[in-house]
Amino acid sequence: MHDKSLTEKLLSPDVLAPFAVGVLFVVGRDLLVRITGLPPYLLPGPLLVIQTLIDNWSNLFSSLTVTFQITIVAFLAAAGSGLAIAVLFTINKWIERSLFPYAVVLQTTPLVAIAPLIIIWLKENTFGALVLCAWIAAFFPILSNTTLGLNSVDRNLTNLFTLYNASPWQRLIYLRLPSALPYFLGGLRISGGLALIGAVVAEFVAGTGGSKSGIAYQILIASYNLQIPRMFAALLLVTGLGIAIFAILSLISDALLKDWHESAVNPNQ
Amino acid sequence: MPCPAHYLPPVFGDPRVTSSSAYSSSTSYQDVAPTVILDRVSKVYPSGTIALQDVDLSVKQGEFLSLVGPSGCGKSTVLGLIAGLSKPTQGDLQWTMPEFRKDLAFVFQDASLLPWSNVEENVRLPLKLAGQSKKQTQQAVAEAIALVGLTGSEKSFPRQLSGGMKMRVSIARAIVTQPKVLLMDEPFGALDEITRNRLNEDLMNLWRQKRWTVVFVTHNIYEAVYLSTRVAVMGVNPGRIVDDLVIDAPYPRTEGFRQSPEFGQYRRHLATALAEGME
Repeated sequence: MHDKSLTEKLLSPDVLAPFAVGVLFVVGRDLLVRITGLPPYLLPGPLLVIQTLIDNWSNLFSSLTVTFQITIVAFLAAAGSGLAIAVLFTINKWIERSLFPYAVVLQTTPLVAIAPLIIIWLKENTFGALVLCAWIAAFFPILSNTTLGLNSVDRNLTNLFTLYNASPWQRLIYLRLPSALPYFLGGLRISGGLALIGAVVAEFVAGTGGSKSGIAYQILIASYNLQIPRMFAALLLVTGLGIAIFAILSLISDALLKDWHESAVNPNQ
Repeated sequence: MPCPAHYLPPVFGDPRVTSSSAYSSSTSYQDVAPTVILDRVSKVYPSGTIALQDVDLSVKQGEFLSLVGPSGCGKSTVLGLIAGLSKPTQGDLQWTMPEFRKDLAFVFQDASLLPWSNVEENVRLPLKLAGQSKKQTQQAVAEAIALVGLTGSEKSFPRQLSGGMKMRVSIARAIVTQPKVLLMDEPFGALDEITRNRLNEDLMNLWRQKRWTVVFVTHNIYEAVYLSTRVAVMGVNPGRIVDDLVIDAPYPRTEGFRQSPEFGQYRRHLATALAEGME
């Protein structure tokens, strides 16, 4: 196995192409602002946004940390509960039949509509309320994907385990969970972003009433005060966090699957 | 009761045939006790498809029995019934020595390895499922891997192996438990001819060494004649047994046997029976 050098990786089309698009977009937007002379309260230029981000870094970053905490707790809870409930589903079909529709209901009910209720019910514990909202957003993809994975076991392998009198527990540990791993990891990658969105939406709904202010609160306040560059700077941070979450989850996924799953296998190997 | 298998009349004037008859007692299993008996077994799937109808078959202890037949004749179904993976709709399936039933191993057509485990862990699987520790199984696993000629590839993952090597892993996994009965469902069907011949050779040697009872499903007549002590031909619509032929040739069988007139005679006989089974 031959590992490519870092320079080679950075110069690969996978990195260069999106980077070029990003640069084009930023330059294009800068030119647009300069040529049309749009005022910064309508569309701030990229340099102004960066400048604002640097000027307000400590303030914005501490808000981002708050949002990140909500996101990570909700995401871990979603991963744990999604996996556990998916396993319960495969242990007993009746549990799946009885509960799955409600999982769908949870997923399809607009979060913005139920977030106020949750925040009122848990008014003593705003952090908990925000986590619960983010969990609702992140939970379903993990449950749905993992359930699919647990049920996608190769039939010959199932027969093989029957032949060797495997216990249900052995079947789960040695066959079903490994089979479901790629699906579970796929669910995690979707849910990482959704947890962040859920956290931001919930913070929006909680509004200024929240005790600790997350990044959504900063966006909200900035928009009230027409501090549009500050709003963009906060947005930039949220986006960056979202990308970082996705990238980290992708790295974890690739590391876990690199030996055997097509999705993570290097084609040149 | 299962009808007895028959022999072909000897080819007169061929010295090889007369010389082979001296060994016929070693390849004939007519007098050996059956291990498993299928008595008028039928299998109807819930969809209404009649997979098998009134199949009589007895598998003798230590014999190498091949089931040949066209697709859809139910040869894999027979194997599944023997393995206990499904139950007959009608008729009886008896194990004369019930302890043999626990000592069987299955080799699937597509190797069916755990993609997330390396060669060693794949071979260890049956022992692990039986609750044995890694330490206890170390030697048995190494031996099974050595028997199929994969020593040195223990840490490879299935996706890094060729089709033939995957099949070898699958065979190692089957024999690691020291089975008495080996059920093989078209194990070499997807392999190229050279690999297939080599694996045939190795399987035959292992069988002679270990004295397993083998039930081998294939659609390849050459392979069936070359390997088997007996070949049962199956027909379609409904799945049934149309011929049951003893291959009365000595082991070790070599390339010379493949070239011999009696090989051709067996092959032609089976081809005719196969054609009749299609009607």
